[in-house]
Amino acid sequence: MNVLLDALRWLIDPAHWEPGALSPLPIQDRLVEHLLYTGMAVLIAGILALPLGFYIGHTGKGRQFVIAFTGSMRALPTLGLLFFLLMVFGYWLSYDTAPIVGATIAFVILAIPSMLAGAYTGLESVDRQVIDAARANGMTEWQILTQVEIPLGLPLILGGVRAAVLQVIATVTIASYAGLGGLGRIITSGIGLNDYNRILGGALLVTALALLIDGAFAAVQRGTATGGLSDRPAARRLATSRSPRPPSRESA
Amino acid sequence: MTWTQNNLDLIVELTLNHVRLSVIPIVVSFLLAIPLGWLATRNSALRTLVITGGSLLYTIPSLPLFVILPLVIPTRVLDETNLIVALIIYGVALMSRSAADGFASVERPTLDASTAVGFSPAARFFRVELPLAGPVLLAGIRVVSVSTIALVSVGIIIGSANLGTLFLNGKQRGILEEVVVGIVLSLLVALVFDIIIVRLGRLLMPWTRKDGPVVVTR
Repeated sequence: MNVLLDALRWLIDPAHWEPGALSPLPIQDRLVEHLLYTGMAVLIAGILALPLGFYIGHTGKGRQFVIAFTGSMRALPTLGLLFFLLMVFGYWLSYDTAPIVGATIAFVILAIPSMLAGAYTGLESVDRQVIDAARANGMTEWQILTQVEIPLGLPLILGGVRAAVLQVIATVTIASYAGLGGLGRIITSGIGLNDYNRILGGALLVTALALLIDGAFAAVQRGTATGGLSDRPAARRLATSRSPRPPSRESA
Repeated sequence: MTWTQNNLDLIVELTLNHVRLSVIPIVVSFLLAIPLGWLATRNSALRTLVITGGSLLYTIPSLPLFVILPLVIPTRVLDETNLIVALIIYGVALMSRSAADGFASVERPTLDASTAVGFSPAARFFRVELPLAGPVLLAGIRVVSVSTIALVSVGIIIGSANLGTLFLNGKQRGILEEVVVGIVLSLLVALVFDIIIVRLGRLLMPWTRKDGPVVVTR
């Protein structure tokens, strides 16, 4: 475990945090880049996917599409998609804008399925009788969506966002392999320099970041769960979520 | 299409290697996850351990895991074993949750009834619990299969040769066709695996077949 200690020592070495240090350093710059790429992609994906997911979840239209789409997106190799987009945008964008535009689009594409599935299953998980009761009480469809379905489905909706964020964080690491910034730069430069402390230090940092953000999401999710939902084992990861949907919906 | 025609041998070789690198983790993680999932239904502490442990492991991004593994297991950095072990870890993380859900979906009265009619614990597991959990296990292994095949290509960063090689090589040499061929083949492998798994599921669980005689004679 000596190697591990060395890597940790490399990580906390103040020289590696000094502003203006040589390329993949200082560490905080890469960390900020990593979070920036992730935040931007998740934001764009959220703007695109959440309303669509809410629409599908609320109306029940196009659920076959979501299931097929999210399933087949899982098969798409991240690295291949990334390199493909980088090359395509490389043809008609300048040398400095192509990587960031191509990569952001790739991240957005990767983040969409989880968010879409989360938004849709979140709304789907709401008890039909509750929605019927809301409707019977004279709520408009918009009120049902924003005051009943979204609050009740929030843990699953956030679960989708969480899965998307984690996937993007992981992918940004790989993106450095295609000349982008982010924490992966530290790992790849370590591989190039054969500097094991650097490889491992970078790897530990990314892992810690992912676990930290996952933990934060878990806490928020728990906070938003209503009593009835908190015991759902499937709420945490969407990959296996099965959502029984009574056919009574269309008759409502 | 010139690149494809000139490099068919390479493409076939990489595809076969990709298949090999995917099959091992898929099969192993299925076999490992079943006992874990079963244990998770026995008591809630074990359940928390399996589920939380699984999701924590699944959270670790792939590239860091590939480079951290050689420290934990006695392999070299560029050893293919790292990739396979990492994929097994992800597979088990995903699959043990499905397995836990699957075994949890078996109704308690069914289990009690099978005990009452004289099934031994082992027979009860293999002839009652496992078949009844089957559909959920099938759904789980389909997810594992698809994501494993997609993840294998990241292994090129630690020196593995698979369809991901086409991404990297195509990018470096500016051949878009090569990248596209890699993506398409990767999707195809995933599709073929999925079809095989679904067929196997129908074969092993004939009672779940949707196209039964009722529909056919319609």
